[in-house]
Amino acid sequence: MRPLSVIVRTVCNAFAWFVAVFGVYVIVHGHLSPGGGFQGGAVVATFMALLLVSHGATKCLGWVRTNFFYAFEHVGLLTFIAAGFLGIGVTFFYNSLALSGGLFGSAVPLGPNGGSLNTSGTIALMNCAVGIEVVGGLSMILLYMMQGVFHVDKPTLRGKEEAGHDR
Amino acid sequence: MTIWREHLPALLLALPLLGAFAAPVAGHFGSRARNVWFVSITALTALVAWGLWQQVSASGIVVYVMGAEHSRLTLPSGMALPVRILLEVDAMSALMAFMGAIAALAGALFSVRSMERFSGLDQFVALYLLLTAGMLGMEITGDLFNFFVFLEIASVASCGLVAFWRDRPEAVEASFKYMLLSTVGALMVLVAVAFFYGRYNTVAMAGVASHLQLGLAEKAALVFLVSALAMKCGTVPMHMWTPDAYAEAPAGVTCLLVAVSQAALYGLFRVCFTLYGASLGSSAVAWALIIMGLLSMFIGVTMAVIQKDVKRLMAYHSVSQVGYMLLGMGVALLVLSDPQKMAAYGAMALQGAVYHLFNYTMYKGLLFLVAGALAYAAGSRNLNDLGGLGRRMPQTAALFVIAAAAIAGLPPFNGFVSKLMIYESSFAVHPLLPVVAMVTSMLTLASFVKVFQTAFLGPEKAALREVQEVPGFMRGGMALLAVVVLVLSLFPTWSVGSFVEPAARALMDRAAYVGAVLGGGL
Repeated sequence: MRPLSVIVRTVCNAFAWFVAVFGVYVIVHGHLSPGGGFQGGAVVATFMALLLVSHGATKCLGWVRTNFFYAFEHVGLLTFIAAGFLGIGVTFFYNSLALSGGLFGSAVPLGPNGGSLNTSGTIALMNCAVGIEVVGGLSMILLYMMQGVFHVDKPTLRGKEEAGHDR
Repeated sequence: MTIWREHLPALLLALPLLGAFAAPVAGHFGSRARNVWFVSITALTALVAWGLWQQVSASGIVVYVMGAEHSRLTLPSGMALPVRILLEVDAMSALMAFMGAIAALAGALFSVRSMERFSGLDQFVALYLLLTAGMLGMEITGDLFNFFVFLEIASVASCGLVAFWRDRPEAVEASFKYMLLSTVGALMVLVAVAFFYGRYNTVAMAGVASHLQLGLAEKAALVFLVSALAMKCGTVPMHMWTPDAYAEAPAGVTCLLVAVSQAALYGLFRVCFTLYGASLGSSAVAWALIIMGLLSMFIGVTMAVIQKDVKRLMAYHSVSQVGYMLLGMGVALLVLSDPQKMAAYGAMALQGAVYHLFNYTMYKGLLFLVAGALAYAAGSRNLNDLGGLGRRMPQTAALFVIAAAAIAGLPPFNGFVSKLMIYESSFAVHPLLPVVAMVTSMLTLASFVKVFQTAFLGPEKAALREVQEVPGFMRGGMALLAVVVLVLSLFPTWSVGSFVEPAARALMDRAAYVGAVLGGGL
């Protein structure tokens, strides 16, 4: 696939980072606001979708390897199950980090407030784990689908220019 | 040690999940590390399942609440209904989990060597362990919504595994067919769960069972649940996915798929006996199960007799064997509200069904592994290409004889005992029922005589001169199941008394299942 015009590429280059930051915001605020690991992860995976569409598959597949996202997926899954095992002193999935201080365990403030990020214990950790997993999984699906397009087109297009999409 | 004993139900799910997620990490250290990880996780899961079974038979129903302050705290702060994720293990669940874990271990031992010449094994191991987790989850959950979740986990993992040899168009077709049917089935289960949630504000099986009164919504939910679960265990009008999926999956996976289909059958037991039980009222459901059972038995076996592909032949036998369980279950359900008839023959029908379920999973897994061993050694599953392999593969032939005698119901073997219990009890309902079952049994024997004669006896084929016995790990996997079949055959009284009878009693005792959750708390 050929890259799109320079305008689209420039906008996507800038925009992709904002999308990624917003996705991370949705992931880490999962326990306070709508969204969470899966939704935020899907937003972050849009990063790869924007780059694939604007720059074309040849360039993008040269930039990243599927193994990179494969590692993401497994780090996420292992963190999730480890968070489950953290509570095994009481019960599996017990929220043992809540109210223990540190990054995840501050006390919930009383009365109306803007929401305190560090209060939810293992739930935030699990949100992050699911987020990492979904970023890896969805980006990998996108890359494989793109490779699949290549795979189908290859025999007919060898030596010729790649089939364009919108031009 | 005691602290671990408390967490056994959670560990039974957490171990295979951890194994699945960490399989690619183990694969990073080479194929040997991955194989050690694969076999040790399945073996540990089997040990945990055994421990859980012992715990249940010693101290009754085990309840585990995920994430609570105490693992038995089902009703926190005086609530009337449970809110957290709930695992409830009674004797039936424990038996199913133990059986499934054995099948998973045997399939894993077999797959270690039979799959080694293929690529993508990290993903294979991950999906295999995920399928194990989904199956065990369906069997020990005490919560209808989580039953749906685990059903989906098992479906997705098995679609991936059925299509593992994706360069074969047949495998992709089988997987697609299975995926389509599983999705429709899972949606039906989800709609049924929604009905229950709307009516009773809970999805805990015990909570629903304690308040259930048969109305229109409950009848609709029952139809959805029974048809979806009967489809998942391959009953006749909905059996078309079974031969494709069982024949195209790698042999080790098919062994596990048999146990997974029995988890769906367990769901059917749970729905009919625990969820609805005596409040079913009419005998329509019982007769529907009996008729589906008879059709499955007869159509399955007549389709099996004419097959030339070994695995396809065995897959059609799975359809026919599930019919026996449905027949036993239907007879027990028919007389459930009549204590006199229940004591006379209903309880025996239920025990026969549960015992046959156990037997079937073991010998059917073994048969599929033998078919896989034939394909591994001789390179073909077509009976016309095989012949005289008994001389080249004497141990595989001996294992096949054990399994074939068990499935055909020859007297010293376990299949005979469980079939006899079903014949005797269904005779009391109508004499025609055991007649169909016996004809099926004879046709089963005929088709396995055909397999034994063409594959293992007869003159040696020129193309099969170089065939050797399969590697030790594969024989180990088969031998594990053969040992279980032999133990069940040689000690029928002991196995009925310690495994089957408590399980059947647990199914009939609705009050205990409800009381373990709703009467619990601290």
